[in-house]
Amino acid sequence: MHQPFRLRNYSVFDIGKSHEYFNEEKNKEVLLKVAEKCYIPTNKLMLKMLKNHPRFKISYSFSGTVLEQLEKYSPETLNLFQQLADTKQVELLNETYYHSLAFIYSKTEFKQQVKLHKKKIKSLFNITPKIFRNTELIYNNELANYIESMGYKGILAEGADHILQWRSPNFLYKPKTTKNIKLLLKNYKLSDDIAFRFSNKGWKEWPLTVPKFGKWINAVNGNGNCVNLFMDYETFGEHQWKDTGIFKFLDALPAELLKHPDNNFKTPSELVKEYDPVAELDIHNLISWADVERDLSAWLGNHMQKSAIEYIYQLEKGIKKSKNKELIEDWRKLQTSDHFYYMCTKWFNDGDVHKYFNPYDSPYDSFIAFMNIINDLKLRLGKRQKK
Amino acid sequence: MFGWEFPPFSSGGLGTACFGLTKGLKNHNVDVTFVMPKKFDDMKAEFVELISADCSGGKIAVNSPIIAYMTPEEYNEKVLSSNNPNKSSIYGKNLFAEVLRYAKKAAIIAKKYPHDVIHAHDWLTYKAGIEAKKASGKPLVIHVHATEFDRTGGNGVNQFVYDIEREGMEMADKIIAVSNFTKNKIIYNYGVNPDKITVVHNAVEFTNSKYNHNFVIKETDKVVLFLGRVTLQKGPDYFIQAAKKALELDPIIKFIVAGAGVMLRQTIEKAAELGIADKVLFTGFINPNEVDKLYKIADLYVMPSVSEPFGITPLEAMRNNVPVLISKQSGVSEVLNHCLKVDFWDIDSMVNKMLGVLKYEALTNTLKHHASIEIQKFNWDEPAKKCLEVYNKTLSGDTVG
Repeated sequence: MHQPFRLRNYSVFDIGKSHEYFNEEKNKEVLLKVAEKCYIPTNKLMLKMLKNHPRFKISYSFSGTVLEQLEKYSPETLNLFQQLADTKQVELLNETYYHSLAFIYSKTEFKQQVKLHKKKIKSLFNITPKIFRNTELIYNNELANYIESMGYKGILAEGADHILQWRSPNFLYKPKTTKNIKLLLKNYKLSDDIAFRFSNKGWKEWPLTVPKFGKWINAVNGNGNCVNLFMDYETFGEHQWKDTGIFKFLDALPAELLKHPDNNFKTPSELVKEYDPVAELDIHNLISWADVERDLSAWLGNHMQKSAIEYIYQLEKGIKKSKNKELIEDWRKLQTSDHFYYMCTKWFNDGDVHKYFNPYDSPYDSFIAFMNIINDLKLRLGKRQKK
Repeated sequence: MFGWEFPPFSSGGLGTACFGLTKGLKNHNVDVTFVMPKKFDDMKAEFVELISADCSGGKIAVNSPIIAYMTPEEYNEKVLSSNNPNKSSIYGKNLFAEVLRYAKKAAIIAKKYPHDVIHAHDWLTYKAGIEAKKASGKPLVIHVHATEFDRTGGNGVNQFVYDIEREGMEMADKIIAVSNFTKNKIIYNYGVNPDKITVVHNAVEFTNSKYNHNFVIKETDKVVLFLGRVTLQKGPDYFIQAAKKALELDPIIKFIVAGAGVMLRQTIEKAAELGIADKVLFTGFINPNEVDKLYKIADLYVMPSVSEPFGITPLEAMRNNVPVLISKQSGVSEVLNHCLKVDFWDIDSMVNKMLGVLKYEALTNTLKHHASIEIQKFNWDEPAKKCLEVYNKTLSGDTVG
């Protein structure tokens, strides 16, 4: 679950004059809308489901930025999440606080953000996460190794076809170059059946009924240990609207799956405890869960994206040396992956999903606003350094 | 096909469009007889049969005082007040008389040259199209590249021009508009049935530029280019205002205003008044052969048009690997993705985007990269195909829809 701090349309005339980078109004508006359509109704439903089915389990991965926004704009939603976390049937995962791509550019910053996130989860939910998932399921061997060294027992990644080839995502694996950490793979086919295809009338399996989905899950028995369904929380009520029947589907799912004697629900920590890896997986190139390519091209695919993110991490030393809280916080909020996603030109011709999520008219406009802000940030930093 | 100009003797997009379109039509096995008011010795198109409207009179005039986009006032000023020795013998008393004279000749040509469809470009030729239709009885397609509302910005619409435009639209069997932007103008300002109008977006010619990047104003200078007629429609005043603001933030930019037009003097004076005369270079009328040279030195092409029915120049700039900033009040903005867009009146946003390109190399690179791919889809084959479909509809008697 994630919401970014979207930027204002920060113009060249603002540089050196205004340090307000974030569009508070817009961020509030989006959060309240999503809370109303998704977070609140889904949380209430989950609470009911967890109560009715003591064997039902769910895990959440929140970005630090969405938690901040919930604290600020929708305490009601946050309170419901806290109730969920208290049920003992819910696991919370660890990620980078700012939903960033820091791992690729700065290990120091990455580690600090993971720790910040851990602290935030502890303070809001009194839980210490044991399992890590990186932003957008970005992953490689090196990350698994790094995360293992930070004391984690498990890590999540996309069950991408080009990695798995003939292998199944429905087992645990051991990342190459690691000792004990276990790799959990998202079953993207079954996840996307719900997240993307649920209401698609052009899909040959539409309408997706609970018994039908149950049958697909049951088919894994004898041929796998787990089915990791991983999706945007906004699937419920926001991407798939209420009138598609998504809430009814969700509500009926636990009972249907529990009908089969071999089925059960597990949190990632339980899986890691109970199952051994079946094989070693060697993933040295970075993968993600995005687009068909399952690579990083949605965030780092063009010159603008690469140049913008490089500017950010070039400032790291100076920003941190300043020890100025506002400066550091603004700098970190600019690391959120969404800012680079808005600059993506990959699908700009067809105007599909990227356009839907983009608050700007064009990727070029988002780049200009971002770079103007970087310039102002540099000025602020320069002024402090002179003092 | 009735036109008013043809390369190399053209002053704007109309001639370029006619040239590209006839070439595209030829590829679809359509024979085009292109009729123009004057015949020049070195008109280059080999794929169209060029007829000057003056042929019928046995007279071939070498110097023509008439250019497309001429306003009635300009005609009076330039043609009638000049010491042109031919003025009384060849040309009409004013632009309208000339338009009518062209129309009369059109009727004679229509009888003499066999054809299936009549295609007339912009108001200057609508009368010719109508007369030709009367003479041959063949269907008439009019092609709207601009309306009087674009040229005047809606203020001071010339009633005579409006009447001809409206008559043309009414008499036409089919109307081709260069954009949805223009289609809407035709519907709302001329009350035409939308079903009669087909939108055919323009394209751009692919030619290899002859110039190397060796004509440089100054190594360190960044160059922002305006290229087009210096008229109200093209928004040169907004360009100058943006230049002023941009220079306040970055004084090493150079601005070029390339083109002539009724607002040229006013625009030069404005630049002087704002104290940026040394930063804004005016070229005056630009020979089409020189155009590519300008693109080669430009770091950004800006088309701040107030009302642009289509706008081929951004496509030419893209073809020359120049990043493009265009006004949203243009037909071409309907079909372009890989450029920057602003409302023509939003000077601050224009400056913001201008400086974005000049300051951030990555933006220029990304724009260029994608534009070079996007531009490929703008070849004249597609519009020609669409025109042919319109012709076929008129020939099958389907006059509406």
